[in-house]
Amino acid sequence: MTTLLSTHGLVAGYGDMRALHGIDFAIGPGETVALIGANGAGKSTLLRAIMGLLPVAADMVTLDGAPVGGAAPHRMVQSGVAIVPEGRRLFAGMTVDENLRVASEHAATPQGTPWTQERVYNLFPILREKARTPVENLSGGQQQMVSIGRGLLAQPRVLLCDEISLGLAPRVVREIYEVLPQVTGQGTALVLVEQDVSLAQRASQRLYCLLEGRITLEGRSGDISREDISAAYFGASHALD
Amino acid sequence: MHWIEGIVQGILLGGLYAQYALGMALMFGVMKIVNVTHGDLVILLALIGISLADLAGIGPWSVLATLVPIGAAIGWLLQRAMLNRVVGNDPLPSLIATFGLSIALQNAMLVVWSANTRSLPGGGIQQASVEIGPLFVGVLPLIVLICATLLTGGLDAVLRFTRYGRSLRAASADVEAAAMVGVNPKAVYATATAIAVGILGFAATFQAMRSTVAPADGPFQLIYAFEAVIIGGLGSVWGAFTGAMILGVSQAIGFRINPGFGILAGHVVFLAVLAIRPQGIFQRKS
Repeated sequence: MTTLLSTHGLVAGYGDMRALHGIDFAIGPGETVALIGANGAGKSTLLRAIMGLLPVAADMVTLDGAPVGGAAPHRMVQSGVAIVPEGRRLFAGMTVDENLRVASEHAATPQGTPWTQERVYNLFPILREKARTPVENLSGGQQQMVSIGRGLLAQPRVLLCDEISLGLAPRVVREIYEVLPQVTGQGTALVLVEQDVSLAQRASQRLYCLLEGRITLEGRSGDISREDISAAYFGASHALD
Repeated sequence: MHWIEGIVQGILLGGLYAQYALGMALMFGVMKIVNVTHGDLVILLALIGISLADLAGIGPWSVLATLVPIGAAIGWLLQRAMLNRVVGNDPLPSLIATFGLSIALQNAMLVVWSANTRSLPGGGIQQASVEIGPLFVGVLPLIVLICATLLTGGLDAVLRFTRYGRSLRAASADVEAAAMVGVNPKAVYATATAIAVGILGFAATFQAMRSTVAPADGPFQLIYAFEAVIIGGLGSVWGAFTGAMILGVSQAIGFRINPGFGILAGHVVFLAVLAIRPQGIFQRKS
């Protein structure tokens, strides 16, 4: 497998508190990789560290083999890494159309088959109807669609998705997950942080399980048993109980 | 007639205050920075303009055309060299930094220009007036008001319809999320401050033409800008414009009641707005 984005012994944290203790992670072009783990395991922190939202050493994150760790978030977007942040983080007071336009106007240099607003609307037709609506008036699921659309319009080669199913109705979650293969079909790699373990397993080719800032399990999503996952998820001490 | 004249005077005065307030509203809206040097920058630009007119022998409109780009350059530099280091969720560092800079600027201006009051010769335009119906309206205040309206409308259009305006509104809504879609916040901020201080080039020229300026005058201009922005509602461009009008009219009517009451009347209206509608007249409740 060719590696597109990888981390090497990545350590990161907030202030004096260290949340990640040496993470080795890798993803190839067009691949879907899930990150699972309990609350506070460090999944979101890993995405934030990759995106340049937390200070990390340059050689801890590499893209196409080049060190990019700690680069400012807008530089990461320019190099082809985008994020669908936890909590959606849309631009309040701006319409759906404007939220998407900000992203496409600051996108990485387009290569291959770049995303257009039109294609995002084809992916999520409801957004076309709501194009002139301020984003704060959308439902949670529609807001998540805007957030994903915004991520895609950054023309990423790697899209980091942080809990995109959180707080959404099961039907909406299914609707959103159904479009993900169309994203990876373009060669975009997907990193999915997901609470729902079985959903994560189904949607990904490989998965990593994090526990207290360390990777406790990694492998092909189809080959890993539920027992292995729960041991990795809760820790060995818990598994012995 | 007496009162209508007062209101017209007030609106014309409001035109000048609007030029102070626009930049302050812009900077507060996007960065949550209260720029305490705002008034001192007006004075600095005015003094530069007066010296330019003196040394180069250029007229007031050439001074205006020179001060706007000088203001923009000063604003850009101010943001890049200083404010970008202190901008953040906590408003205190930027407040302290600009407060310190304000004192330093006033003293520096005192050294260069001394404490004398100066003004910019306007070539007779200060005395010219036109008859509108039963009223005589000064040509200069009219020009000031037209400029203020055009500046407000122009800035509003930039914010609404341009790529830069969208990136600025995005950064204003959620700066980290804006960075996550490729917006460089520090560049957006530097341009915002350049625009804010560039607009002060207009304010400085007109202030120096209609009245006198001295190095220690900045804090007064700051107060008017601040009051106009608060009355209109923080962070809204047309709100700042309307706030400036309300402030101008309050002062003018106050002057009609009693010449000593003019400035105070403005402060009273400002306090009344703070007490009754602290989010400002135009701000929607979030």
